[in-house]
Amino acid sequence: MFPRRAFVTLLVLAFLVFTFAMAGPRAGLLVAIGIGFGLVLEGLRFGFAGPWRLIVAERDGRGLLAQFLAIALVASVAFPLLAAHGGELSPAHAPVGLGMILGAFVFGAAMQLVMGCGSGTLINAGSGNLVGLIALLGFIGGSFAGSLHLGWWTGLASLPVLSMQGVFGANGGLFATLAGLAALAALVIWRAAPGKRLPPARLWWAATLIAALALANLVVAGQPWGIVYGLGLWGAKIAQAGGADLAVSGFWANPGNAERLDASILTDVTSLTNIGLLLGAFAVMRWRSDPGAPARALTARSYALVLLAGLVLGYSARMAFGCNVGAFFSGISTGSLHGWVWLAAAFAGSTLGLKLRPLVLRPAAQLTGAPA
Amino acid sequence: MTLSALSRVTVGALAVCLIGLVLAVDLARSGAPDLFTAPPAIALGSGQAPTGAHCTAQ
Repeated sequence: MFPRRAFVTLLVLAFLVFTFAMAGPRAGLLVAIGIGFGLVLEGLRFGFAGPWRLIVAERDGRGLLAQFLAIALVASVAFPLLAAHGGELSPAHAPVGLGMILGAFVFGAAMQLVMGCGSGTLINAGSGNLVGLIALLGFIGGSFAGSLHLGWWTGLASLPVLSMQGVFGANGGLFATLAGLAALAALVIWRAAPGKRLPPARLWWAATLIAALALANLVVAGQPWGIVYGLGLWGAKIAQAGGADLAVSGFWANPGNAERLDASILTDVTSLTNIGLLLGAFAVMRWRSDPGAPARALTARSYALVLLAGLVLGYSARMAFGCNVGAFFSGISTGSLHGWVWLAAAFAGSTLGLKLRPLVLRPAAQLTGAPA
Repeated sequence: MTLSALSRVTVGALAVCLIGLVLAVDLARSGAPDLFTAPPAIALGSGQAPTGAHCTAQ
């Protein structure tokens, strides 16, 4: 047991040192933060998609309350930081538009089909869930494809970028954000069944640690925690390696994105935390004395549908300017109005996805007639 | 071997290999980062505007 744990610890540390040596201290720190996210999300079982299912299916509001707590903690520090250091730190602000709302709705539905959001897909893949790995492949392709059409979607109908700070001022924006989160928390507590209202200690710890890591991400990277951009960039790199000319793409011809495309992935903020996140989840799985039984086998058709749902997940996340992390968590905690609209649209989509899930994820044994 | 026979350890290792593959493709095309142009360790207090890209990028 010890050599296995020592080996995986050395593997993670080796990658950390490799990044530090290849791309400098900021890159090393971001991988460390990503590993921290992976350890907390997998080790303390803090997720995004699961609690959205639980509040609807089992009237269990504990995970959702932990999410709101983490966002409130980040907002309480991020708002003053952004106000005082606007030249060095940037928020996760994006416009509200038709394409964004549709993207968030579809993302919410697809998230329940693959049983994971942006971070959840990375965590599931790293912790050895085959559905997660297949969905991750689809997510990479989908978020790249979405980037190619983003200009069309944003051109449908879109408001200018609106923020809580812009509408209410820095202090008023923070107050409005915390009040909004408190109102949602009260709604969840009212809706949840007795005994499923207050998070256990594990989730309090997880929410606090996730908030601390998200703030560290903001302070080190100069921007909030995100997932989707990095995965889309990986897809673009692979497409380029296959001969695709991305100079004709409006998104990738944009100077900022073109610079990222030319530069090493080891200089891209979201790529670094994504890699760390997956490694952290892998480490938790290998540190456990029992990694757990493999995910239940599905039919070949179901695996194909998971790949398709992963593609849709990535594409819609690009349309929606982020997933649960970039749009919901980081958007709301740094004052973006689009984060709130994203939450409403994605939650509606998630409810639809829960109804579709039994039709998509069909266990292999169920169809072959083997005993359950 | 069927997909259903893959253990968690195997699937997790495949995910780590996928990351390795992406890094290898990237290294072959973009080369290693230039350490002399690496940003300061921490953005806060650096006096520099953030240059990273986020999911909210257009």
